[in-house]
Parts: sequence; C-alpha cells; structure tokens
Amino acid sequence: MIASLAAVVIPKFGQDSCARANKTFCWDWFRQHWGSTFEPRLVEHIKLTAIAVGIGFVIAFSAALLAHRQRWFETPFSVVSGLLYTIPSLALFEILVPITGLTVTTAEVALVSYTLLILFRNTLTGLRGVRDEVLVAARGMGLTGRQVLWRVELPLAMPAIFAGLRIATVTIISLTTVAAFVVDQGLGAPILNAINVDFKTEFIAAGLLAVALALVADLVLVVTQRVSTPWARRAAG
Amino acid sequence: MRRPGWVPRGGGGLPLTVSPDPDTPRGTAAEVVFDHVTKVYPGRQQPAVDDLSLTIPPGEICVLIGPSGGGKTTALKMVNRLITITEGDILIDGRGVRGLDLAELRRGIGYVIQQVGLFPHMTVADNIATVPRLLGWDKARIANRVGELLELVGLDPTADRKRYPAQLSGGQRQRVGLARALAADPPLMLMDEPFGAIDPITRERLQDEFLRLQREIGKTVIFVTHDIDEAVKMGDRVAILREGGKLAQYDTPDAILARPADDFVARFVGADRGLKRLTLSRIGDLELPPAPAAHDDELTARLTTSLRDALSIMLADGRSQLVAVDDDGNAVGLVTLDRIRAAVSPEAAAEEEGART
Ligand SMILES: Nc1ncnc2c1ncn2[C@@H]1O[C@H](COP(=O)(O)OP(=O)(O)O)[C@@H](O)[C@H]1O
Ligand SMILES: [Mg+2]
Repeated sequence: MIASLAAVVIPKFGQDSCARANKTFCWDWFRQHWGSTFEPRLVEHIKLTAIAVGIGFVIAFSAALLAHRQRWFETPFSVVSGLLYTIPSLALFEILVPITGLTVTTAEVALVSYTLLILFRNTLTGLRGVRDEVLVAARGMGLTGRQVLWRVELPLAMPAIFAGLRIATVTIISLTTVAAFVVDQGLGAPILNAINVDFKTEFIAAGLLAVALALVADLVLVVTQRVSTPWARRAAG
Repeated sequence: MRRPGWVPRGGGGLPLTVSPDPDTPRGTAAEVVFDHVTKVYPGRQQPAVDDLSLTIPPGEICVLIGPSGGGKTTALKMVNRLITITEGDILIDGRGVRGLDLAELRRGIGYVIQQVGLFPHMTVADNIATVPRLLGWDKARIANRVGELLELVGLDPTADRKRYPAQLSGGQRQRVGLARALAADPPLMLMDEPFGAIDPITRERLQDEFLRLQREIGKTVIFVTHDIDEAVKMGDRVAILREGGKLAQYDTPDAILARPADDFVARFVGADRGLKRLTLSRIGDLELPPAPAAHDDELTARLTTSLRDALSIMLADGRSQLVAVDDDGNAVGLVTLDRIRAAVSPEAAAEEEGART
C-alpha cells in the first residue's frame, strides 16, 4: 500500500564532497536540490494543509453555528469529531484506502477529520462566551437574530476562532508529513525516502522545513488576528 | 480602567445647547399606558407582574421602584418585548406593543441597562451609531449625530470617538450607553438601574446631568431603581411595586412621602420620609417674610439650597432661622424652623393638592 516506498530515489551526490562524506547537513546539496525537490514539496505541503484546514473550518463552523442555536446538536457532533480525533492517523489511512484508494482524497479526508473537534469547540466556546448583557443590549436595540450573530456574536468569537485555527493549522502541518504514506506529496515524501537511505541531509531539510512552515503559519495567523481584532488587544492591555 | 491623561470632568456638567439634527423632530415624547399587564413566567404559580395599570404622561420620568424581585425589570422588559406579556397590553401613544413589528418597536425605544452592554469590539462611535445604521441613515448624518451625542453626554467628541469600551471608566461607559440609547432620538427611554453599578460620587453627577439633559430633550422615561433616594430625586412620578409585582402606590414623590398609601409603602420609603420631602423643595420655593434689615450676624443660604440643607445649616449652628440670599448676596427673606415645618406639614400638602386640581 505504501506508494512512495516503491519509488525510492537515491540522491544524486554529484561532485558534492559533503554529500559523499554524508555529513549531518550539506547546505550546498540542499541549495542545489531546492528547486527540484524541496520547493515543490513545500508547495504541495502548503496546499494539502490549506485544503484540510479550509474544508475542516467550513464544516466545523457550520456545525458550531447549528449547535449554538440548537443545543441538542452539540453532543452528537462532539462525540463524532472526538472519536475521529482519537483514531491514530495511520489507522485512519488503513480504513480509508480500501474506499478512496491511494489518493489525495484519502489524505484530505483524514486530515480534515483531525481539524473538526478543535475548530468546532473553539468556535462554539467563542460564540457562547459573548456576555449576556451585550446580547440583551443588542436585541433591545432592535437587531434581528441574524444581525446579532453576524455583527455581535461572530466578531466577538473571533479570538477564540483564531486560537482554534492556530492549533488546527500547526497540527495539520505536522500530520500532513504522515500523508506521504498514501500520496507522494508534501514534505513527508522526502522524509519517507530518507528511511531507506543513509543520507541525512534530505531528511533533516524536509523536517526543518515542516517545522519552519508551522512557525510561519502560526505567525501569519497571529498577525491576522491582531489586525482583525484590534479591540481584543486593547482590552487585554 | 482609567487611561493615563484622562482628566475627570468637574461639576461643569453638560453643555445645554446642542445644534439640532435637522432630520430629527425634537422634543417628541410618547405617552405610555400599562393596561392591566400581567406576567406569569412559565412554570410559576405566582405572577412576576400582577395586573399593572398606570399611565405615564409624555415627557415625564416615571420611576419604578420596589424590593428586589418585585417585578421592576420584568415590567420594563415587557415594554420593548424582551419579555412577552402574558395578559393585558402596553400602549405607546395609543398603539399596543403586542401588535407592533418587533424590530421597529425596539429601534424606537432607547434602552439602557446597568451593565451597559456596550459592544466590546466596536469603537465608541460605532456603538453609538448602532440604531442609526439599522435605520439606514447616511454616513454624514450619523457622524454628525455621534459628535453631537458625545458632547451631550459630556464626552470628548474627537478623542473619545475612537476608543474601545475597555478603555473607558465605568462612568464613561454608562455615558456612552446613554448616548447610544439616545442616538435615533427615540420618544421613549427605558432605563434599568442605569447608575446602579457606579460609585456614589459619579452616580450623583450622572443623575444631575441626566436631569439637566432631560429638561432639554423632554423624553418619556421609565426608570427602574431600588434606591428610594434616587427615585425621589429622578422621578416626576414614582410607582412602587411590592413583592409579586403588585402596584402599591403611584404618585409624585412628594405625595408618596407625605401620604404613603399603606404600611408597606411607609416602611419602604423609610422613617426619614419627612426629611426626604425636604430635599424636594428649595428655600426659593417658599414664600418668605422679609429679612431683618441688619443680618450681618445671621446665617445665610442661597435660594437654591434645599429645605433639608437649610434645616441642617440651622441645626448645626444651634439657630432657628437663617437669611435667604440671592446670587449677589442680597437678603431676600427669612427662613425659620417653623416655616420649614409648615412647608412639609400634611396640611400644606393637602393645600397644594387642592391648588393643583
Ligand atoms: N426569565 C425568568 N424566568 C423565570 N422567572 C423569572 C425570570 N426573570 C425574573 N423572574 C422572576 O420574576 C420575579 C421578578 O423579577 P424581576 O423582574 O427581575 O425583579 P426586579 O427587577 O424587581 O428585581 C422574581 O421572582 C424573579 O425570580
Ligand atoms: Mg431588576
């Protein structure tokens, strides 16, 4: 079932003395292979992550809105997304491959399922955290239910929603490396290669890139949140 | 949280002239009639408000007062239908609230609550602009109105505009809450213990400023409080609710203090009701005998001094009279203990009643 193992690529060491000596990290080799290996892998990784978090957010957000209005919906969705969250990722791939094959779909279904619990919980907590007197004032001034949701509740839930997005994104960036077991995509592919090869640079570079990507993504989300919720910062300070 | 550089305003109070918004009719006030209104919460035997009937004339402040759990908030929230009426109806200018469009009804009523409920994610200006935006006013008109209202409630129309609620003191937040409620110039204001969570000194200032403001804007106001002193000070009329939401007495503060309807009201207004009545009149309101020609060694008090303060001045000095003086210090008349006693005697109240009808 493991596609990428079949296509092991032995790194072309070329003239690089560092690579031939297989030192811990060969900077020149990394630079030479940036365009052919690392950049496309990084882009794939970002795409896989973005699609997973995007779809996961749409599902979890809609579910949270429903649970906010219809309390009964909270428990079933929490139970299902909680179950999905606890299934080990490799096991989930095993379950999905017979259905959806060794495809991006399989990878994404698994990745999306890991975002649901966090995004659902945080969105719902954010919506429920809006203070009662704020809602009473809003309704008392004649805002309709929909206006209260979009103009008051959701903006005030933003910090909690962003907190969820940050955890989900960092988690998925890390998990996406495991998706290389089903599709030959993302930074997981070079890491998986390295299992069969003695050469360390490729493996270390891909791993560090995944970590760097997680840090950058987190930073981007923090900055976006700060810019979009200036009031939250002032309230804290 | 008080931001650095914020200077508390002195007793200067509110500017009394505001350029009128040309598109809004000024001084409109609604008549409100509670017509046998009853509220029974689901699953309860006893009503929270029981067959409440009272008429609030346009432009008056009606204070609802009573013990905690007496149904004051329930009565108030039935006006803008945050709570559904079980029986009866509330008429605003003759129109029953039960038959009105909910959003339209609420947008036409200013609503102020103790916890203010400002939107934390909106600036002061955006908070105030809430109802005008819902009503579809254009930007320029809204910006004008916001500036005007900030000035009206004693905030800085430029510096305070862009602040967030978390950057304001409690008193400033309540001022913004008041401005927000007044934004679309509603003919009716509902205020549920608006100054209840504010320190005594700021509360007194806000009360005074609101009364001054009300003299200018002349809204109909339903004002809930549990503080009898606040009720006496703020109310043109006071409705006292007893436990179970029954109306115990509805009259002017003076009449309630002079003639409590029953033991419950007498106990509620307190044994010092005679002294409380003295706060309602100023020595300038009395007909005074002329002062003695030479009054250099007499106590003096301005005409705006309340009878209670005048009494206190005399008692503190062991005297039984003082000379009332005008703003320039000229003697206007003589105030004696007897004169003060006569002013609040039951006979005087009856006479006044006779003169009114
Ligand atoms: N939402 C509610 N559901 C059930 N009972 C309520 C509700 N709100 C208030 N009550 C009850 O109604 C009575 C009057 O409450 P309230 O109007 O808040 O009194 P007040 O404002 O005078 O303190 C109290 O006994 C209170 O417990
Ligand atoms: Mg109350």
